[in-house]
Amino acid sequence: MSETADRVKKIVVEHLGVEADKVTEDASFIDDLGADSLDIVELVMAFEEEFGVEIPDDAAEKITTVKDAITYIDEHKG
Amino acid sequence: MFHDKKDLEKRMRRVVVTGLGLVTPLGADVETAWKNIVAARSGAATITRFDATDFHTNYACEVKPADHEYGFDPNKRVDHKVQRQVDPFIVYGIDAASQALEDAGLTDMSEAERFRAGCSIGAGIGGLPGIESESLVLAAKGPKRVSPHFVHGRLINLISGQVSIKYGLMGPNHAVVTACSTGAHSIGDAARMIAADDADVMLAGGAEGAICPIGIAGFGQARALSTGFRDDPTRGSRPYDKDRDGFVMGEGAGVVVLEEYEHAKARGATIYAEVIGYGLSGDAYHVTAPHPEGSGAFRSMEMALRKSGLALEDIDYINAHGTSTPLGDELELGAVRKLFGSAMGGVSMSSTKSAIGHLLGGAGAVESIFCILAMRDGVVPPTLNLDNPSENCAGVDLVPHTAKQRKVRAVLNNSFGFGGTNASLVLRAI
Repeated sequence: MSETADRVKKIVVEHLGVEADKVTEDASFIDDLGADSLDIVELVMAFEEEFGVEIPDDAAEKITTVKDAITYIDEHKG
Repeated sequence: MFHDKKDLEKRMRRVVVTGLGLVTPLGADVETAWKNIVAARSGAATITRFDATDFHTNYACEVKPADHEYGFDPNKRVDHKVQRQVDPFIVYGIDAASQALEDAGLTDMSEAERFRAGCSIGAGIGGLPGIESESLVLAAKGPKRVSPHFVHGRLINLISGQVSIKYGLMGPNHAVVTACSTGAHSIGDAARMIAADDADVMLAGGAEGAICPIGIAGFGQARALSTGFRDDPTRGSRPYDKDRDGFVMGEGAGVVVLEEYEHAKARGATIYAEVIGYGLSGDAYHVTAPHPEGSGAFRSMEMALRKSGLALEDIDYINAHGTSTPLGDELELGAVRKLFGSAMGGVSMSSTKSAIGHLLGGAGAVESIFCILAMRDGVVPPTLNLDNPSENCAGVDLVPHTAKQRKVRAVLNNSFGFGGTNASLVLRAI
């Protein structure tokens, strides 16, 4: 597992209060991990802080799974 | 004086208390907090949440952490995600409300019952720590870093909101905001909702969690806080004592389950007390100072007693507002004397703020619970630190230093708040 994936999963566990083993790469934030739209805003903020990337609203809307987040961050972090 | 009781009885349904929940600086459950109150312990200590050395005061009555002898473990009853999103006052409120509902045996109501069950849990100030910290985030990092949960994590009605979601309560959803009268108004208003047939069950009470830099600085600048007891904070809250110099800030929550009498009887519930009198008034005088003749306090108590139909002699215990401020204590005592007259000799009056500090929006609810426990156990809690009573105290049993065994049939609970808002409750054993 990549270092990005580890850090993303840690943030998801902390923010959504879910068990670590539920946070698979295919897991959907809303359908599988119980997040609502505000939780996604908060997660995106946390990713931006953690990785020093900017995730504009239109890109954030497309991040629906853990894997989407990891891919976006890997493609955009400095 | 009490002539309209019969008319009221014809129209209004009876309301009883069937569940209790507490989060306080002396214990995060009802029995622990009460045991410590009766044992004359103090919850005051040097502030741990931030370094208050350079503030007006550096002590308060904080709710203790989970590993403390009588600490609070939020993980018992409040969802992890909710804890992260909301201010402490909401966490305290959810926990106390959950305790009360568990105590009443009402956590598993049918859908039909839940349509008739609601919440009226308020606060005086609400999410001050979060408003403070997110304002700092805004200033340092800009608007895109402010939490998306900022607003609903700070709003006062979000205890009622969160509790209704947790337990599916679809009846009235309400939140009183009347500064330090909030807890008493919440219980009084909710009791009226049941009496008027808007609901059969109501969770009612108040919470506060405002021990943060801006909270201590704000009350300090208003010259409301005790400042002179840094060496021994447990001596800071000293209602009616000559050396009192302001209130000691407390935090926590008190929530009761109110229930229509026949509803409670039909399901064989434990009935702690009946809410029989509620009085409200405004001082119309000053934003922070009480009316110089205590007229608002007097009218509030007088209304509650009149509604109760009791005689003055029936009241055995008064849980005073008694915040330990130089002006307020004296004026309340004067108003009580004026109302009770020759009946004053038979009543005990104490301020439990001497032990847990001033819970602001939570005070009236927490103190109502202490009143109920006083009736249950036949013991009145003490006023701590009452070493040298003010001249006006002569002839009044203020229960100094130690709790006192006595029969308690009915109680009067007073709460007065900034803005000149007053609330009084009369409860009786049943």
